[in-house]
Amino acid sequence: MASALEPVVGTEETKEAPVLEVRGLTKHYSVGRLGRQKTVHALSDIDLSVEKGEVLGLVGESGSGKTTFIRTVLQLDRPTAGEIRVQGGEALPKRPSQRRLREHRRHVQMIFQDPYSSLDSLHTVRYSVTRPLRAFGIVPRSAERKAVEDLFTQVGLVPAGDFLDRHPYQLSGGQRQRVGVARALAARPALLLADEPTSMLDVSIRLSIMNLLLDLRSSQSLSLVFVTHDLAGAYYMSDRIAIMYAGHLLEIGPSSEVMGEPRHPYTQLLRRAAPDPEGDFGRDSQFEAQGDPPDLTSLPPGCPFVPRCPFVRDECQTALPEWRDVGERHRVRCVLYGLADDGHPGVALAQKPV
Amino acid sequence: MVTIVRDVNLTVDTGEVVGIAGESGCGKTTLALAATGLLEPPGRVLSGSVRYQGTDLVSLSPQELRSLRLSEISMVFQASMNVLNPVMRIRDQFLDGMAAHGVRSSEEARARAEETFDLVKIPRRYFDAYPHQLSGGMRQRAVIALALVLRPKLLFLDEPTTALDVVVQRSILQSLNDLRRELGFGVVFITHDLSLLVEIADRIAIMYAGAVVEEAAARDLYKNPCHPYTRALMSSFPPLGGSRQRLEGITGVPPDMRRLPGGCSFAPRCPEVIAGTCERIDPPSIRVDGERVVVCHLYSEKEAHVG
Repeated sequence: MASALEPVVGTEETKEAPVLEVRGLTKHYSVGRLGRQKTVHALSDIDLSVEKGEVLGLVGESGSGKTTFIRTVLQLDRPTAGEIRVQGGEALPKRPSQRRLREHRRHVQMIFQDPYSSLDSLHTVRYSVTRPLRAFGIVPRSAERKAVEDLFTQVGLVPAGDFLDRHPYQLSGGQRQRVGVARALAARPALLLADEPTSMLDVSIRLSIMNLLLDLRSSQSLSLVFVTHDLAGAYYMSDRIAIMYAGHLLEIGPSSEVMGEPRHPYTQLLRRAAPDPEGDFGRDSQFEAQGDPPDLTSLPPGCPFVPRCPFVRDECQTALPEWRDVGERHRVRCVLYGLADDGHPGVALAQKPV
Repeated sequence: MVTIVRDVNLTVDTGEVVGIAGESGCGKTTLALAATGLLEPPGRVLSGSVRYQGTDLVSLSPQELRSLRLSEISMVFQASMNVLNPVMRIRDQFLDGMAAHGVRSSEEARARAEETFDLVKIPRRYFDAYPHQLSGGMRQRAVIALALVLRPKLLFLDEPTTALDVVVQRSILQSLNDLRRELGFGVVFITHDLSLLVEIADRIAIMYAGAVVEEAAARDLYKNPCHPYTRALMSSFPPLGGSRQRLEGITGVPPDMRRLPGGCSFAPRCPEVIAGTCERIDPPSIRVDGERVVVCHLYSEKEAHVG
């Protein structure tokens, strides 16, 4: 029953270009009436990459910028600044042509959170999965039927013939989400962006969708960005976990390290807050979440976590901390850790992590 | 007619937290509604009793039930925004609730409400606010405060924090736990999140297809789940640490309550099904090591049946 969830492709050794590379990705929105406009800093200066065959878990609370991240990567929203590169190609231009966008989206596809609203209720699911095949010219028309059947089989909707001509309302939530996965796979992308794909599903269905995504990653060397607020799910799915807060990336590293030895005070807070049957709630609990979630229209000048951080120092208030390496492919944006270039990577000055 | 909850026995002691877990549609919420007399027609309690301090709630008139609710038995449901009236200040909703239970003096009512606000850690300035001015977490705290304002002895919580972020969830549960210790009310905590329940409940009942299939102390249930369904449900929750192993969870889907299979309703999905027995014969209720009850054929020869 138990097979380890190891990545198919070694990440560090891989000399191949990352499937996704994002530099300085920033997204601001204007809100409010004319004259009283405010800027929402939804995403601030995100740097990260996703290797071939890798699952990156993107974790954070509501408003942390997780969804904005994948929407800008997919160009559903235009980034305010920053570079997006797919498979080592040219960075997307600031105003990409339709042709360039289409090319981009052939490589990067999305799975939506809500399987109830993300399929067209007026059409059969066959139609929904055929559309990307045709839009991207994946197969000739004569082969579409077979291609859709294959996709349904891949996502576990078998026998495919039983499902093809149904409408979304005739399917359960889990089955719809499988159709959503099939539609995303139709373009034969290198990268799937999954926005909380399991949060609206029941417990048993949740695991089966996560297993489906892991199987696809193994069988097709797909890369996956798995957005979630569920730490246990992120740990189960991901090779690396990235922690977001108020539009900032605060920590990124191998799942076992980020969850086993969280470094950033915010990661530590999240880890302590997560339901844990191994925990001893109410017996040793001194859980005290101070402060309110951040206001994205008036972020503090320094680290966004300052108002809630138990270890805050003067320097945190003025400037965003530099990135520090605290392990192999593990970095954290917090002054509590030695700087990468001072010869003591990973020297933790912080209190013992959870 | 569809039977949604079938022959459930459950007790809650003073100050105790009893958790109820199971997949969607297993009857968790219907059980809570039935126990509190809140079932809407055509739903009704067909048989059985709900004893609260000796009184059978099923036999009470709607008026009698109403006087018990809020003052003796309170409920908090998942969608707090649907509970609070959007066009009334929080203050007035508190005063209304208390007035209905005989707290006529608005000074006394206000004092009580403010005290409860402090207990659930809502800043008093929100007292005069409208629900939309509160964050989701604060609103849920306000609903909990409302449920506790008359100091009931029993609180039903139906997925009270499911819609909230994990940090907010934890801090609300922490407050609730502190309050329970201070005020000594019993809790029935309903959630699909078994990981969470193991942490906060004293005892847990696992429901499947409208029936309790296993009931045990939370720690025992977690360390040694006996019913195959409990085991399967637990393996649907990935752990937060340790080696990352593939989990298989539960295969198949819950049965249609209109056409329950014969024998054990979990048999069609059960990895340990005893062919020829489980699909035909209703599983017995077995008491295993003292405090645990398992409804499963696997244990029928090992231990004595429950009464």
